[in-house]
Amino acid sequence: MAVDTNLEEIHGPELRHHFETPDQQVETSTIGMWTFLVTEIMFFSGMFAAYAIFRSLYHDAFASTSKYMDVVVGAINTAVLICSSFTMVMAVRAARLGMRNMIVLFLILTMLLGLVFLGVKAYEYHHKWVEHLVPGFNFHYEEAKYERHAAIFFFLYFMMTGMHAMHMVVGEGLLATLLVMAWRGRFTAKWNTPVDMIGLYWHFVDIIWIFLFPLLYLIGQRA
Amino acid sequence: MSTTVERPRTQQELNYLNIDYSWKSWLLTTDHKRIAILYLVSITAMFFVGGLFATLIRLELLTPRGDLVSDDTYNKFFTMHGIIMIFFFLIPSIPAVLGNFLIPIMVGAKDLAFPRINLLSWYLYIVGAIFTLGAVVSGGVDTGWTFYPPFSSTYSNTYVMATALGVFIAGFSSILTGLNFIATIHKMRAPGMTWSRLPLFVWSNYATSLIQILGTPVLAITLLLLAAERIAHVGIFDPSIGGDPILFQHLFWFYSHPAVYIMILPGMGVISELVTAFSRKRIFGYGFVAFASIAIAVIGFLVWGHHMFVTGQSLYAGMYFSLLSFAVAVPSAIKVFNWTATMYRGSISWDTPMLYAFGFIGLFTIGGLTGLFLATLGLDVHVTDTYFVVAHFHYVMVGGMVMAYLGGLHFWWPKISGRMYPEGWAKFAALVVFAGFNLTFFPQFIVGYQGMPRRYHAYAPEFQVLNVLSSAGASILGLGYLIPLIYMLWSLKYGKRASANPWGAVGLEWTVPSPPPWDNFPQTPVVTWEAYQYHKPWQPEVEVGR
Amino acid sequence: MEPHFSLWPEVASKHAANIDYLFIFLCVVSIIMTAGIFVTVFWFAMKYRRRSPDEIPPYIHGSWKLETAWSVLPFLVMLVMFGWGVKLYFDAYTSPPNALDVYVVGKQWMWKVQYPEGQQEINELHVPAGRPIKLTMASEDVIHSFFIPELRIKRDVVPGYFNSISFTATKPGRYHLFCAEYCGTQHSGMVGWVTVMDPAEYENWLASGGTGSMASQGEKLFQQLGCSTCHLLDQQGRCPVLRNVYGSPVKLDDGRTVIADDAYIRESVLDPNAKIVAGFKPDIMPTFQGQISEEGMMQLIAYIKSLTGPPRPPIGAADTGQTYGGGRFGGPGTPENSNAGATAPAPIGPTPITERPQPPRTSPERNR
Repeated sequence: MAVDTNLEEIHGPELRHHFETPDQQVETSTIGMWTFLVTEIMFFSGMFAAYAIFRSLYHDAFASTSKYMDVVVGAINTAVLICSSFTMVMAVRAARLGMRNMIVLFLILTMLLGLVFLGVKAYEYHHKWVEHLVPGFNFHYEEAKYERHAAIFFFLYFMMTGMHAMHMVVGEGLLATLLVMAWRGRFTAKWNTPVDMIGLYWHFVDIIWIFLFPLLYLIGQRA
Repeated sequence: MSTTVERPRTQQELNYLNIDYSWKSWLLTTDHKRIAILYLVSITAMFFVGGLFATLIRLELLTPRGDLVSDDTYNKFFTMHGIIMIFFFLIPSIPAVLGNFLIPIMVGAKDLAFPRINLLSWYLYIVGAIFTLGAVVSGGVDTGWTFYPPFSSTYSNTYVMATALGVFIAGFSSILTGLNFIATIHKMRAPGMTWSRLPLFVWSNYATSLIQILGTPVLAITLLLLAAERIAHVGIFDPSIGGDPILFQHLFWFYSHPAVYIMILPGMGVISELVTAFSRKRIFGYGFVAFASIAIAVIGFLVWGHHMFVTGQSLYAGMYFSLLSFAVAVPSAIKVFNWTATMYRGSISWDTPMLYAFGFIGLFTIGGLTGLFLATLGLDVHVTDTYFVVAHFHYVMVGGMVMAYLGGLHFWWPKISGRMYPEGWAKFAALVVFAGFNLTFFPQFIVGYQGMPRRYHAYAPEFQVLNVLSSAGASILGLGYLIPLIYMLWSLKYGKRASANPWGAVGLEWTVPSPPPWDNFPQTPVVTWEAYQYHKPWQPEVEVGR
Repeated sequence: MEPHFSLWPEVASKHAANIDYLFIFLCVVSIIMTAGIFVTVFWFAMKYRRRSPDEIPPYIHGSWKLETAWSVLPFLVMLVMFGWGVKLYFDAYTSPPNALDVYVVGKQWMWKVQYPEGQQEINELHVPAGRPIKLTMASEDVIHSFFIPELRIKRDVVPGYFNSISFTATKPGRYHLFCAEYCGTQHSGMVGWVTVMDPAEYENWLASGGTGSMASQGEKLFQQLGCSTCHLLDQQGRCPVLRNVYGSPVKLDDGRTVIADDAYIRESVLDPNAKIVAGFKPDIMPTFQGQISEEGMMQLIAYIKSLTGPPRPPIGAADTGQTYGGGRFGGPGTPENSNAGATAPAPIGPTPITERPQPPRTSPERNR
């Protein structure tokens, strides 16, 4: 049902019919992605609010949980994600320069780093499972006086990191799609919006982790 | 493309409806106007399902004893009435039907910013509706639309999860619609269409979209947390495992209060269009009305605690929420005054859409004023959780929002369908709706102040007279809603064909044919006139002062 | 009260009358506003009805003066409503010091009312006219709400919280009691009656029944649950002395000072390590979560409240471990209690606060 307009001949097939210029299309996509990220912030904010409330109510119990959180592993994961954001930036840059092989390379690196993160997370989850720190499944906490409130901490831990991990899995899927498109040479200097947009999403997922890490791993470490 | 047509159509006769009749062209459409029609059909169906539950409720409440259905069944009726009406009718209605159809045309664009996401939005709505209706037919849910734990997480034996999942998915439909509108209004306005020339319908939907994207995700995570609690018996709401049920209420109302503004703001936008078109006059105080929409959206996020004055929350928190609840009434009052002032020295036509606008102004005023009763702390202690609240929100939602929806549907029907509805029947139906509505809900203010609690299957016998009046009114109201369903459908085939601008109104949508072509504007318009420019260039501005 | 149709609920207290005045004020303001809008709209609609299809109305932009006027003036009226409402809100939710205490437990789907003197009722509340009454309310299961329309008072009854509400009924009679927060199947059946009696009649009624005062029931629980083994009433041992503790300030080991009110006592019983009194060790008192119902809790609190008497050494000032050899209650000091040192694990999983037996707990193997 597409109606051929002069615009398409001038600007190429990527310009959708309802936009006047490629710039308008890019700006619209950008505002769309930022608006979407705002909704994601609000989505996580409910859990952050719940965390803040229970942390202030059950301060000691929450602080006591830090000894069951492996800071080194968490820090490694943080570094992995930061690196993956770097490789993503490089992929966006490569896309803006239209350098196909570089785009592919950096997308693959980003995906690999993301998989490393998820693998480490899976290892941590397994560890928690073995240690009976999964609420609802034979949860048992060594310091009995903190057990009920520690269960709330671990519930929030699994919900928040679980939601985060789900967003990363979706991100991996999006990167895979980008990879296929890049492989086929779809991205040029004139049109590379999807790489840009998914880059924004990836950075957002990274930033969520930057907040999760200190809140979940570091609070009681000094004690 | 199309399959068989009766006779070859000339290029001029092609519009978005007849350009292709195949199933695929409808179910895989990315045309915002077709998606609006898809929504129109779905939400009309859901409205009547919700209405069926309302009918059953009012039938049961004819007598003080619970003798029509069992307790559990009745509890399911009011729960499902609330969930379906709020999440599957009121929240999408004007934005998804009228907003989708009109906003691109009103800003001078060929489509919304993200047409495929628009289609996805509709499919998400349908999937959500399927889950919820599935829960309904499997046995229903009885938690009340507010899902308060510990009842919903630990004690209810009904299909809470399926329903919550349906609402969760429908929430994403709402978010995506809001996202689409924001991007469109920011980036797709035609040359010359500045913010201060936008129709107020667009301003209202913009404010609504802000609420949708900021508030709905909080509902999503709240439902997820509730689901985790119900499934795994761990969590943060059940006190027997260390949680706090009041935390749920805070998280829930943080969305659900702004949600009521999602429901009313688009209706207010419609009224701005109706009052100006049928007074043939510029809106009084354009800037004030536009910013009032934004003010309602912003302040609306700060008042959620007024649903919790009797929960035991801090009295000082109560004071704060009460004061802000009064504050949020001010921009709404400004709008009512401005609409009234617009009519001053106007050229007022009494067509059906304007009758609905009159009804809205009157009934929204009553509904809004009764909101002040609820914002008043000491008084709220008495009337909260009674039928006073039920009457209040039905006045604003049904007397307000639904009348605005019907008014807008009638106003833009010629544009959407290319046909006129029968004016005589339409006026009659509007009067039936107005009369039936007031008879249904006004007695509820009285019986609520007397102390009849809400969500009661059986009630104290002295409340019966008022309940019978209310149920009688409901039967009239139901009839009032059936009549437009019939004649609108009738008009699709037999209604008079409409011209591009049957009302003589000002606005970009009235410059395109009825129905519009699939791409709205063959050439992008360039806007050089103000909003609601009904006056002639040689007319001086008239000062109105005191 | 004979049920009969009326347009206005009875006025059974001064507070109810005050609420009615506020309500009438709001009604008057609303009627004026509504009538004003209705009349104006109707008048404009008639007066400016379109006479010919070519009419062109004047171009009127707006008016700052009008906009300001009709924003500020209504807001000022609203401030009156706000202030008046705040006053009445505080009236409803602050209790005067000499109030008569009554304890209410809501559970699906009944109200259990307990009086300090020992009467217990279901779905009935008897109070004397002219005296302030304070209801302390708890829930066994889900959220309920205690509502007496003729007194114009209501408060939610939330599990995990003590909520209280006060009133002074002035007019003898029988008034409705409704549950006002949806709580499941028989929510609309969770109703009862509040009987306001002349003070003399009330005394008679009180004298006629009772299974023993709440405090004496509480004392029985105190013995049954083994509290008396550690909490010697006047001697300080491993545990703080309880005589005179109710209502006084308590210094905690983290430096804070809290008042030992109902909620504090309840928490100390259910979650003893949440607040440790200064000078005492944690992990000594086991939790009684799951072993005591809300009613039992109220009886226990009534008992502890009744422990008044000659002054005793301030809590927290004594050294840890110091015991009184041979105190007034005899004995060689703190008796050895084999359970006192063990840390019983707090149960996880749904443990509604009833007298249901706890699920058996096994300590799983942990290798770390």
